[in-house]
Amino acid sequence: MKLYRTLRTAMRALRRNPMRAMLTTLGIVIGVGSVIAMMEIGTGSSSAIKEAISSMGANVLIIVPGTAASGGISFGAGSVTTLTPEDCEAIRRECPAIRDAAPLVRARTQIVYGNRNWVPTQLDGTTAAYLGIRDLTVAEGRTFTDRDVLNTNKVCLLGGTIVRELFQGESAVGKKIRVNNVSFRVVGVLGAKGANMMGMDQDDILLAPWTSIKYRVTGSTLASANQSASSGSGTSVNTLSNLYPGGTSLYPVQSATQAADNPMAVRFANVDRIMAAARSSKEIPAAIRQIADLLRERHHIRSGKPDDFNIRNMTEMTKALTSTTTLMTNLLLCVAMISLVVGGVGIMNIMLVSVTERTREIGLRMAVGARSRDILRQFLVEAIVLSLVGGALGILLGHGGSLLVRMLLRWPVATSPAAIAAAVLVAAGVGIVFGFYPAWRASKLDPIDALRYE
Amino acid sequence: MELIELNNIHKTYQMGEISVPVLKGVSLTVARGELVALMGASGSGKSTLMHLLGCLDRPTSGEYWLEGDEVSRLSADDRALVRNRKIGFVFQSFNLLPRTSALDNAAMPLSYTADHLSERESRRRAAEMLERVGLKDRQDHEPSQLSGGEQQRVAIARALINRPPLLFADEPTGNLDSRTSVEVLRMFQELNEDDGITIILVTHDANVSRHAKRIIHIHDGLIVDGAFSSREEPDQPQAISTPPAAKAGGVK
Repeated sequence: MKLYRTLRTAMRALRRNPMRAMLTTLGIVIGVGSVIAMMEIGTGSSSAIKEAISSMGANVLIIVPGTAASGGISFGAGSVTTLTPEDCEAIRRECPAIRDAAPLVRARTQIVYGNRNWVPTQLDGTTAAYLGIRDLTVAEGRTFTDRDVLNTNKVCLLGGTIVRELFQGESAVGKKIRVNNVSFRVVGVLGAKGANMMGMDQDDILLAPWTSIKYRVTGSTLASANQSASSGSGTSVNTLSNLYPGGTSLYPVQSATQAADNPMAVRFANVDRIMAAARSSKEIPAAIRQIADLLRERHHIRSGKPDDFNIRNMTEMTKALTSTTTLMTNLLLCVAMISLVVGGVGIMNIMLVSVTERTREIGLRMAVGARSRDILRQFLVEAIVLSLVGGALGILLGHGGSLLVRMLLRWPVATSPAAIAAAVLVAAGVGIVFGFYPAWRASKLDPIDALRYE
Repeated sequence: MELIELNNIHKTYQMGEISVPVLKGVSLTVARGELVALMGASGSGKSTLMHLLGCLDRPTSGEYWLEGDEVSRLSADDRALVRNRKIGFVFQSFNLLPRTSALDNAAMPLSYTADHLSERESRRRAAEMLERVGLKDRQDHEPSQLSGGEQQRVAIARALINRPPLLFADEPTGNLDSRTSVEVLRMFQELNEDDGITIILVTHDANVSRHAKRIIHIHDGLIVDGAFSSREEPDQPQAISTPPAAKAGGVK
């Protein structure tokens, strides 16, 4: 009741000089407006970055083999071949935080169609699960199946860039291309993904069953897959053998005695890496723990010994990129805050003028029974009303501004209710802080002097 | 019981090192329902006395009984409450809020203590007061659209809105022409006679003081004559022996 009345009095006092009130609030309008616009554009761009990162595959964990070292000499990451497709299957089955996992075999080689050729940046052998992990879609045709993987079928999926380069507008599905002289049938075309955060073209990709890539394209056989045992085998010198893996060997079959003399590690094919997707970004740490435990067990690593694998995830990159935008947003917010402070100083200035100008009114109000706290409240409320009205207009202005930015510049913006709430609070705070001194001055006036003031 | 009773009031202003005594022991009484003029030349302490009587200021020493309460030692906030409840002020320069309707001007004092009144009740009361001072059809006019006499009548309505028993008028006709002055003074007389409001007119103008029933002359910080209500004129000796007639005549 009392507050309502004070509010009415304040509104009346402000209405007596609408032009001045408007100009006074302009500082706050601009301040709050820029804060809101900055927040909305900032939130928009950081969510756009998050989206871009998740387009590379949301919650993806990359498991790579560990480091080999001999006599104190390290051979760098991935120099041991410890990961197997069985590891991948185990991760898939036994880690509850993992949604899916796929092995990955990488190659880099020429692909040929007719008289055109190309080297894809990504030539990956995997399983069909990979599409789900990386959020890839099939735009045309179909994907390959587990049966294709099992049978080492020569089928592949192509990204848009390769289709454009090799087929030039023709439909690629059903055509045969040669990958390192091995003929692959194109069964499907992947949906476009565009460049990733690093500027890498994610459509420059060829996906095939990992068995086909491993045994038919990169030319590693069961025997040569294990580097330590591959030296004696000469199968890879004849590229023809790639076409017919498991066919007649050019060399005599080893006898039991010979095999016993040159023991070959009994190991299935290794893969270059395993891609796994966690169920959600929250479960990434749990997923990492589960995978590490599982792989240590499977690889028979004693406690205290280092892992023979590494698990990488995208959170670091996400963090790095979002922190950059957050930094920029905060920087701009600081500038916007400065303009809010300037707006507050404007309010204080005008309120001081107003107090001086209305000295007689203050004296009169005191004479008819206003206590000093009534006067204080009246002027404080006036300042707060000014800054809140400014804040409201500023929210409209800022929101409108960010909408305009979205429409004209196609920047991503996101409405942030938190920013609006903060702006209202800050505006009220500015009103209180900068309105207090003038109001206090008014309340300390002596009624007799105030009434006599000319 | 007297409405106002002053006992040996002193007021001294401190101007740096020098203390300037303005009131040097003033005693007076005003009974309920009186219409008193307080006269004196400028510099006589008339304004200071009015400020003390109006609870705008505190005396340096002495007692001030208003409606049976000692008010000279009250805090600023308590004095504000006394002013709101018991005292109405009318000023020489009207002191209306600019660009504010007559109705809102008249209702202004209600916003400080009259929490119990609803907004509509406040407006109704303000309208009633404006009607009482003959401005029924001017409620929505702003001060700039009103003549001087009308403005002063709005100020009177404002002073009466809290129904105070006591009304101070500080040179109420100082900014008015003679014809309007008479109208305003008539209004004071009416209010005094019809509603029994005690009115103290502060003036230096003998034409104004003629409308009062009693005239208190102040000179050089002391009451010259008329300090006590006529019905109980005490035989205490007055401090000043100057003939009052000479004083009154000398003031212009």
